[in-house]
Amino acid sequence: MAYFDAASSEPLHPAAREALLAALDNGWADPVRLHREGRRAALLLDAARERVAALIGCRADEVSFTASGTQAVQLAVLGMAGARPGEPRRDGPAHLVASAVEHSSVLSAAAWLEARGAELTLTGVDAGGRVLVSDFAAALRPASPAGPAPTRLACLQAANPETGVVQPVAAVAAACSQAGVPLLVDAAAAMGREPVPPGWSLLTASAHKWGGPAGVGVLAVRKRTRWRSPLPADEREGRRVPGYPDVPAVLAAAAALDAMTAERQTGSEPLRSLTDELRREVPRLVPDTVVHGHPHPRLAHIVTFSCLYVDGEALVSALDAAGFSVSSGSACALETGRPSHVLAAMGALTHGNVRVSLPRGTTAEPVRQFLAVLPGIVAGLRDIVRPASPGLRVERLAA
Amino acid sequence: MNSPTVPAPRLTIDALGRKCPIPIIMLAERIREVPVGELVAVLADDPAARTDVPAWCTLKSQEFVIATDLDHGWAFLVRRSY
Repeated sequence: MAYFDAASSEPLHPAAREALLAALDNGWADPVRLHREGRRAALLLDAARERVAALIGCRADEVSFTASGTQAVQLAVLGMAGARPGEPRRDGPAHLVASAVEHSSVLSAAAWLEARGAELTLTGVDAGGRVLVSDFAAALRPASPAGPAPTRLACLQAANPETGVVQPVAAVAAACSQAGVPLLVDAAAAMGREPVPPGWSLLTASAHKWGGPAGVGVLAVRKRTRWRSPLPADEREGRRVPGYPDVPAVLAAAAALDAMTAERQTGSEPLRSLTDELRREVPRLVPDTVVHGHPHPRLAHIVTFSCLYVDGEALVSALDAAGFSVSSGSACALETGRPSHVLAAMGALTHGNVRVSLPRGTTAEPVRQFLAVLPGIVAGLRDIVRPASPGLRVERLAA
Repeated sequence: MNSPTVPAPRLTIDALGRKCPIPIIMLAERIREVPVGELVAVLADDPAARTDVPAWCTLKSQEFVIATDLDHGWAFLVRRSY
């Protein structure tokens, strides 16, 4: 049995479990109250904020904790476009730029604004899934008195959660800086795994992706960023995020991020050699299979491939029955009924898709077992979808 | 499909209502029914086909010619290259 879906959710890090249990006893009180229990919770919360700020490279008062990564993204995007519903910014309509391979939370927040009068430009990627810096830069509109609506926000992920491809954040940040456009970096997939380059105005992340508990997101807003909450005022989290924070979960998230960052070198090298092995061996062992995404730079733990003539949902189910938990970007395996927008943007084969993402500490043994069972599973499924011609070999099919 | 610049296909594969990978399998199984250099049309309405027909052509070195909208779904024209 092997859990290979760390990119959906990394199992809770032991450091997070330990911090969570301690904080349930010490950090349960309301951190904005002035009594002893409240002050203790506030001290713990501020310590967690300082640790997270140090790890992402900003000031502690620029960091707020949210209830999820998606909430952080929604607040970040909507807060830059200045849109409370029915309340456009006084300085005119907004223009937004995002890469076509952003997480669905970014794209749906941008589409939400587009439906309310904002303009949205989506920029493309190359066949290996890397954002084209020149296209992204060309889409940015500096403010000009006579020109079209200026770009209020550009959005780029630090790394892609489906392919693991690390995006050229530093180059895009430089282009944004030159154009005077604030940049939101969605660091959900990369936090704790790859350093996030500076140059962002807003940064979002999600704790359960780095081994923290679910229910904790991060929203960081640099000073002098023209962000304001799109929601009714609330005293919590620097007035950026409404609602009572889950202090024990935040402490656990900070402990996990600390530990993952500290283990970055020693932890990621074994995973990288295993995903390198998967990238090399899967196409060799399984005919008509393609691995997606540039090999470098990429996150160490993710590899995505597609098997021609195979139903992705059936493949995930068959692997699950064989003891391997993976995810898929194929249309049939997704609730939307549409294929992964990331694979589509790359022009990559979307059916028969499997994403393997290795959790911390994965050893070679289950990966070798996966490689041992995959060819037979794929061959079996290829026969099932052609009942009229059982045994027909794919090599013959597509010669 | 009726555009004067797009020649008529030798073979039309009706994969309407079929989910991926079935339209791609039908294309792979039947493309050799036409001579090299001739066109095959695949009619499909699964959104995955929009990406997967061109992706299959790239993988198999066949020539993807054009996709046109139908009332429901798309027609994909592929030229048999070898």
